[in-house]
Amino acid sequence: MAHTPEPDPASGNLGDERPKWDNKAQYLLSCIGFAVGLGNIWRFPYLCQTYGGGAFLVPYVIALIFEGIPLFHVELAIGQRLRKGSIGVWTAISPYLSGLGLGCVTLSFLVSLYYNTILAWVLWYFLNSFQHPLPWSSCPPDLNRTGFVEECQGSSAVSYFWYRQTLNITADISDSGSIQWRLLVCLAACWAIVYMCVIRGIETTGKAIYFTASFPYLVLTVFLIRALTLPGATKGLIYLFTPNMQILQNPRVWLDAATQIFFSLSLAFGGHIAFASYNLPRNDCRKDAVVIALVNSMTSLYASIAVFSILGFKATNSYEYCLDRNILSLINEFDFPEQSISRDDYPAVLMHLTTTQPGRVARLPLKACHLEDFLDKSASGPGLAFILFTEAVLHMPGAPGWAVLFFGMLFTLGLSSMFGNMEAVITPLLDKGVLPRWVPKEALTGLVCLACFLSAICFTLQSGNYWLEIFDNFAAPLNLLIFAFLEVVGVVYVYGMKRFCDDIAWMTGRRPGPYWRLTWRVVSPLLLLTIFVAYVTLLAWKPLSYRAWNPQYELFPSRQEKLYPGWVRAACVLLSLLPVLWVPMAALAQLLTRRKRTWRDRHVRPNTDAR
Amino acid sequence: MYAWDTNEEYLFKAMVAFSMRKVPNREATEISHVLLCNVTQRVSFWFVVTDPSKNHTLPAVEVQSAIRMNRNRINNAFSLNDQTLEFLKIPSTLAPPTDPSVPIWIIIFGVIFCIVIVAITLLILSGIRQRRRKNKEPPEVDDTEDKCENMITVENGIPCDPLDMKGGHINEAFMTEDERLTPL
Repeated sequence: MAHTPEPDPASGNLGDERPKWDNKAQYLLSCIGFAVGLGNIWRFPYLCQTYGGGAFLVPYVIALIFEGIPLFHVELAIGQRLRKGSIGVWTAISPYLSGLGLGCVTLSFLVSLYYNTILAWVLWYFLNSFQHPLPWSSCPPDLNRTGFVEECQGSSAVSYFWYRQTLNITADISDSGSIQWRLLVCLAACWAIVYMCVIRGIETTGKAIYFTASFPYLVLTVFLIRALTLPGATKGLIYLFTPNMQILQNPRVWLDAATQIFFSLSLAFGGHIAFASYNLPRNDCRKDAVVIALVNSMTSLYASIAVFSILGFKATNSYEYCLDRNILSLINEFDFPEQSISRDDYPAVLMHLTTTQPGRVARLPLKACHLEDFLDKSASGPGLAFILFTEAVLHMPGAPGWAVLFFGMLFTLGLSSMFGNMEAVITPLLDKGVLPRWVPKEALTGLVCLACFLSAICFTLQSGNYWLEIFDNFAAPLNLLIFAFLEVVGVVYVYGMKRFCDDIAWMTGRRPGPYWRLTWRVVSPLLLLTIFVAYVTLLAWKPLSYRAWNPQYELFPSRQEKLYPGWVRAACVLLSLLPVLWVPMAALAQLLTRRKRTWRDRHVRPNTDAR
Repeated sequence: MYAWDTNEEYLFKAMVAFSMRKVPNREATEISHVLLCNVTQRVSFWFVVTDPSKNHTLPAVEVQSAIRMNRNRINNAFSLNDQTLEFLKIPSTLAPPTDPSVPIWIIIFGVIFCIVIVAITLLILSGIRQRRRKNKEPPEVDDTEDKCENMITVENGIPCDPLDMKGGHINEAFMTEDERLTPL
C-alpha cells in the first residue's frame, strides 16, 4: 500500500477559501520579481569587476548549485505543502520552531523599511529626470554668482546633487539633523504605491507584477542595445569580463559568491513561502525552483553586460577628457595652433617635448591618463546608481529620456521585491488572525504600510544614509544566514527527510533524487555554517567604521573614515540580534507551556486512561 | 570655420573699439587706438587701447569691464562662445539659474500621487461593495469537488485519494468480475 501524506493541517480554514494565483505565470513572475531586485543591477556587476571578471562566475555557479537551488526548493516546497505563511509553517513543523517564523516576519519588516527608502531616493531622481538640462549636470552658482558652490567645485556636480541636494547629509552619524521634507514626501508616495499594489494581497500584486516584473527586462534590453553602440563600450566589456583566475585563490571570493547567491535569491525572508502557499497543492515546485533561480542568475549576467558597457563608455569619456586637458595645457604653454595635437599624437609629442624642454614640461600640471585607471573605478550599491550612472547618462544624447528609463527600471525592480517583502509580513499575520475576522484585509495591509512608513521616517533624517548602511550591512545578513540554516535543519531533521520527500513526491510526482537529498542533508547546512562563521569573523576582525561625507575634511572629496560611536554600535548589535531572539524565546515559551500542561494533567487528572 | 588673418584682426579691433565707445567718456575711441601685439599661430595675442590725446594706454580694469559688458556681442561676431574665445583675467558671468515658479519634480509628483490616491480609493470602495454583495447573498453551497483538490479527505483514519491511481488501489477480483458481464 502506498504511503500517502497526513491530513492537511490547513484544512481547518474551511470558512475562507485561501486566495489563489490567477495563473502559473503570476506566481512565477512574482517569485522572479522578488528574487530579481536592485542587487542584481548594482551588486553583482561590482563583484564581477572586483573579483577577476569572468572568473567570478566559477564560485558563483558552484554556490548556485550547492546552496541556492536546494534552499530555494525547500522554501517553495514547505510553503506549497503546508499552505501557510512563515509563522504557520514553522509552527506546524514543530511548535518549538515557531520563533523562526516570527523572526522571519520581523526581519522582513526591518528590510522593508530601508528598502522602500532606497526606492524613495530612486523616485526622487526619477521625478528630477523630467527636465533638460538634468539638475545634476552642472553645479549651482554661489551667492554672488561669480563661481560655483564650493562644495560642488571640490567634488563634482553629480556627487553634490546626491549628497547635498538629495540627502543633505551631515558629516557624522551622531548629528541627526532635520527631516528632509523632499525625501519624506517621496517616501510617502512610495508607501502609497506599495499599499495600492498590496492592498488585497496577491489579488492586486498578481496584476501589478505583470508590469513591474517585465518592464525592467524591456529597459535593460534597450539600455544594452544603446550601451553597445556607445564608444568605449566594447573596451569596457573586454576589460571587465576578462577572467583573472588567480583571484580564485582568495577565500574572500568564495565567501562573497556564496553570500551573493544567497541574498540575490531573497532566501529566508519568508516571502517565497508566502507566495508558494497560494499555489495549487500539486504543483511542480522543483521545476519552479530551478527555473526561477536560473532566471535570477541570467538576469544578473544580462544586467552586468549593460552595466559594463556603460562603465566602459564612461571610462573612455573620462580618459578622453583627461587627455584633452593635458593637450590644452601643452598648447597653451608652447603656443601651438589650436587642435594641432590629436589624442593619438599626444604620447609622441609629450615625449618629444620632455626630451627637448623638460623644465617647462615639468612645471605643467599634467595628469597621468590611463584608461585602466578609469575602468577600475568601481562602485556598488547606491554609489553605482546615483553617482556613476547619473554621470554616464549625462554624456548620452537625449540624457533626460535615458535617466527617466533608468530610474523607472530601478523603481519597478525594487517595487516587485517590495511585494515579496510585504507578503512575507502580511500573509503570516493574516493566517495567524491577529485582527478579528470582520476587519477587512485592506485594513490590515493599510495598517502594516502605515506602521512601516512611520518607522521609516528616521531614514529621511540627514544622517539617514548612514543608518541605512547599518541596516543593510548588519540587520539583514547575519539573521538571514541563521534563519536559512535553521530552515534547512528544521525541515531535514525535525520534519523528517522521509516525510519531506514523500510530500514532494505527492506534489510533483517524483521523489527527490540523490543530489537534492545530499545537498539538503549535508552540503547546504555545512556551507551556511561556514559562511556564517566567516562572516562573523570578518566583522569582528575589522573595527566597525563608516565613510562620512565631510566637506571640511582635508582629503575632500574622499570620504572620511570614522568609527561608530558606542551607542550606535549597541544599536547595531540590537538590530542583528532582535529577529534571532524570537527563536530561543518562542522555544522557551513552548517548553514552559508544555511543562505547565503536563504538570496540570498529572495533578488534576490522576486517571489518564479514560477512553 | 575661418582662418585667422589680418581682416579678422581688424574686426577684433573694431569690436574692442565698439565696447570702449559704450563707456561714458570714451565715445571718441577709434579702431586705430586699439593695438595688437605678440600674435601667435594658435591665435593668442595681447592688445591694448591707447588714448592718443593723453598718450598712454588705458587701465586694464576699464578695458576689462567694457569687454565684460559686451562679451556676448564679441562672441557672436566671431561665432564663438565663452569657452572658445577666452579673455585672460575676465571671468565670464554665469547665467542665473533658471528657477521656474514651481519646480518640475513637484508637478510630476503631484500627478503621480493623485493617481495613486484615486486608485487606492477605488480599490477600497470596490472591496467594500464586493463584501456587501457577498453578505447580502445566501451563503453558497461549497463546491465539494473544489474542496477535494485542496484537502485530503480522511475516512476512518485512512486517507483516501479518489482521483489518484497511484499505489494501485485496484481490487483485481472486482475488476475481473466486471469484465465478465458482457457489455451491451
